[in-house]
Amino acid sequence: MKLSYYPGCTLKSHARNFDESTVASMARLGVEVKELDRWNCCGTVHGLASDDLMHRMAPITNLIRVKEESANAFMTSCAMCYNTLKRANQAVRADADALSTINDFLSLENTKYTGDVEVLHLLEILRDQVGFEKITSLVKRPLKGLRVACYYGCLLVRPESVAIDDVENPTVMEKLVTALGATPVRFPLKTECCGAYHTVGQPELIADRTNRILGNAYDGAADVVVVSCPLCAYNLDHRQQEARRIYSDFHPLPVLYFTQLMSIALGCDNAVLCFDLHHVDPQPALAGLGLV
Amino acid sequence: MGIAKSASAAASGGLSDPAIDRKVTVYVMGKACEVPATATIMGAIEYAGHQIIRGAGCREGYCGACATIYRMSGDYKIRTGLACTTMVEEGMVLAQIPSVPAEKVVYDIEKLKPNVSAVQQTYPVVFRCVACNTCTRSCPQDIRVMDYVQAAKRGDIAAITELSYYCVACGLCMLRCPAEITQPLVATLAKRLYGRYLSKNSPELAVRVGAVADGRYDAEYAELMALGRSALSDRYYARDTE
Ligand code: SF4
Ligand code: SF4
Ligand code: FES
Repeated sequence: MKLSYYPGCTLKSHARNFDESTVASMARLGVEVKELDRWNCCGTVHGLASDDLMHRMAPITNLIRVKEESANAFMTSCAMCYNTLKRANQAVRADADALSTINDFLSLENTKYTGDVEVLHLLEILRDQVGFEKITSLVKRPLKGLRVACYYGCLLVRPESVAIDDVENPTVMEKLVTALGATPVRFPLKTECCGAYHTVGQPELIADRTNRILGNAYDGAADVVVVSCPLCAYNLDHRQQEARRIYSDFHPLPVLYFTQLMSIALGCDNAVLCFDLHHVDPQPALAGLGLV
Repeated sequence: MGIAKSASAAASGGLSDPAIDRKVTVYVMGKACEVPATATIMGAIEYAGHQIIRGAGCREGYCGACATIYRMSGDYKIRTGLACTTMVEEGMVLAQIPSVPAEKVVYDIEKLKPNVSAVQQTYPVVFRCVACNTCTRSCPQDIRVMDYVQAAKRGDIAAITELSYYCVACGLCMLRCPAEITQPLVATLAKRLYGRYLSKNSPELAVRVGAVADGRYDAEYAELMALGRSALSDRYYARDTE
């Protein structure tokens, strides 16, 4: 199986651990992940003003690039890119006038966008195309004894039109980590917002979210938390420094991308894990179970 | 030579050479000017009687001093070009852009790393790019400008260097950019970072620099310096180029 892959800017810089573990673990599953030859920033956030077409240029240009490479679908592992690209796609599919204005503006492109590309998240591919049984059959190092809190945040399940799973109680990541041999924990705050961009101006607000969300994972006796978004990862991992300073009863927890757990379980080279990019080192928790 | 030929053709009562005598009308600073159809924009402006002081340099498409924006009558598109290498066409409405204000950030290359942090520290405006591709459309060098801006957003210094290689810093892209990004300055930053951190170490370079220091080329250099203008020009155009 071959899959067009859109990594996104952050996966090429601060979240290389996400990019490298995506590519390596998919190869172990027999899926050749082909990064698009040309791509640009997804647009980072979906603008809610319906007439703000300028901010649709970035996502739609990417969909044109996918077509140029003769694909009609592509996958991204970043929840933020997924959400932005998918919502832009839905917006232009529902508004022919907007789409034609955008195509006119992008006059340099030889390919017109006609709404004919599907945006998929990696978790959807794993669930619907690879299948959890196949994943289990390829596990080399079962994550036995590892208790995992699966954090979705907002972008994988909101709004409902782009949700990859049940909006209130998504379970796709729990099924994945179970397939890898780990134990998902009860985690009621798994779709609670991490505070997103407030991390820039109001780090204390993020520290509060982090304290609450990770406190909830800790109450479920989680060893690690897995995420699918570099901004959630930043807020929940790096902002633990503030959380620890402000809340005396805060317990640090390592935060990983779900693809890193896949890489470990599927026996990929440890170099793809790039643990140097983490604030809270996941190695002690993993080493305790003989996983790294 | 061509002009002499056409003059003599006219004098002998024959037809003049239409390729040489044909005129087109272009608009220089709003004023209609009849100029030879074979002129470059720069030649046409001078033919119309203007002296170009700031907006010309190499006159050969290398220095980027002669940025021009224009429209053709009856066409909505705004076009761009280098005045020294773009030929005039009937109905061009011209405006010269001798410089585009842009703040060059001062940085210490030794304190930067060849990744996205260098872009964040020097030209954070890059992250305002909305991927409209207007910059690519305005580049007279046919550079995929947006692609190098996008490479900057993800800190791919090698890709910026490669994609922007033929940039002449004319400034047209930054003039047109709705996000007010200073693309050529970002390209220059990347090239410096590439040279400092990423380029391959070339042992041949040290050998050649040593030879220069040892005076191996002194005689040749003295000979060149003694040449007159036309001999030097002959040598220049006869040189080996890759
Ligand atoms: S990239 Fe910009 S500054 Fe460089 S040549 Fe093209 S338009 Fe001019
Ligand atoms: S013109 Fe500016 S905003 Fe548009 S793609 Fe180029 S750099 Fe980005
Ligand atoms: S004068 Fe140098 S590029 Fe035109």
